[in-house]
Amino acid sequence: MKGKMPAVAAVAALLVLWELVCRTGLVPAFMLPSPVQVVQAFWAERYVLLEHSVITLKEAFLGLAIGVFLGCVFAVVMDHFRVLRRAIYPVLLLTQTVPTVAIAPLLVLWFGYEMTPKVILIVLTTFFPVTVGLLEGFSSVDEDAVGLLRSMGANRRQIFRYIKWPGALPQFFSGLRIAAAYCVVGAVISEWLGGFGGLGVYMTRVKKAFAFDKMFAVIFLISAISLGLMALVSFAQRLSMPYRKHDIANDRRN
Amino acid sequence: MKVLEVCSVSKRFDGRGVLDHVSLDLQEGELVSLLGVSGVGKTTLFNIISGLLLPDEGKVLLGGQDVTGRPGQVSYMLQKDLLLPYRTIEDTVSLPLLLRGVDKKQARAQANALFADFGLEGTQKQYPMQLSGGMRQRAALLRTYLFSGQAALLDEPFSALDSLTKRAMHRWYLDVMERIKLPTLFITHDIDEAILLSDRICLLTGQPGTVSHVLTIDEPKPRGEDFALSARFLEYKKYILSCLGQR
Repeated sequence: MKGKMPAVAAVAALLVLWELVCRTGLVPAFMLPSPVQVVQAFWAERYVLLEHSVITLKEAFLGLAIGVFLGCVFAVVMDHFRVLRRAIYPVLLLTQTVPTVAIAPLLVLWFGYEMTPKVILIVLTTFFPVTVGLLEGFSSVDEDAVGLLRSMGANRRQIFRYIKWPGALPQFFSGLRIAAAYCVVGAVISEWLGGFGGLGVYMTRVKKAFAFDKMFAVIFLISAISLGLMALVSFAQRLSMPYRKHDIANDRRN
Repeated sequence: MKVLEVCSVSKRFDGRGVLDHVSLDLQEGELVSLLGVSGVGKTTLFNIISGLLLPDEGKVLLGGQDVTGRPGQVSYMLQKDLLLPYRTIEDTVSLPLLLRGVDKKQARAQANALFADFGLEGTQKQYPMQLSGGMRQRAALLRTYLFSGQAALLDEPFSALDSLTKRAMHRWYLDVMERIKLPTLFITHDIDEAILLSDRICLLTGQPGTVSHVLTIDEPKPRGEDFALSARFLEYKKYILSCLGQR
């Protein structure tokens, strides 16, 4: 907690500065609502926002789950068959060079305004960091540890289970953290381009009404949700990597 | 009786000879050390004996059976302790049992029964990070032992330790060996260590490496500090130095 103080202070200072800029009339009120107004808008709209959040979160979680699953499958298969790695990796890379805003309308045309195109877009943005993280983790494994297990007569499945998978966990979680941040953003972007509900749809509506205060409220809500998801990933990481605690304790001592 | 026999093994890497017709054997209950400068192919020889690497020529016999290129037969402790950072000591140590299909509970119980013998009481639930260098080495040795091959290969097990810890480990190791009597091949580049621990010493010299001398240390075990400071000890050392100098 002590380490977070400077960040908290910086954010507080920014908010105060922002409020002052609005109060003194430096920026016209219709262009930039003050933090207090944003909070008021958020409170007034809380039920509507909740309703839209549920839709967005559903898409995000479904997309993230499928994306992470696919990411793991890709990584494991590519690690197992070197030829496939050389064949698939460039293709995966290509999928990441196409901006999401460019594919989203296409997906809407193909799959309609329901959930499917949104989930597909999220899958496209989330599987990649997981795959890359895992692949890196797999290849960073100590060859001597693999040799040790082989000398004990371990087969490939056992080497995977005891060495490769646990060894790649830190990189997997780095990838997952990025994917968790992407999934909400991905959901919002795809909702912008067509849909019946969700925070993205809400955003386009308030934009058309020039309701800046609501706009800011929803922006903050989206980043809060992303932060929450990342915190959830960190929590999962601590649970599945209890030994890291001691790592950190050691670092502090040194 | 010969437990392990290495018959005229040669190995080349990219046309460069590393091992040239190396032959040696290991008897029941014996500790033989391989002594030689770094880069003489000791670790390569161990990789071949353990089955991780195929020799270009020659073969490895274990209990009279050809095990060349067949891993999973001898207990092998690599140079690094390779305790897995994400597993508790008891789970790292019982790994060879788990790999053989023993269930987790039983593997733990079997490992735990030996923690006291290896001076590791109370470390079962700890992670490798929390252990000192000497403790880590003991844990790695316990894991090697739990594999329970017919013979053990130890690649410089004590080289990473400071000299005081190393001495304590030698005393402890000799004591354990008295009890478990596991035939062991031992790589070292520490002459004192070789003389103190071994029944026989094979000197590996040359480029590519070959066994140039075999020397028997005819001294009762356990050997204490007084042996390490005796004139006989120095004579062995002098002889070994002269052999290594002859190249």
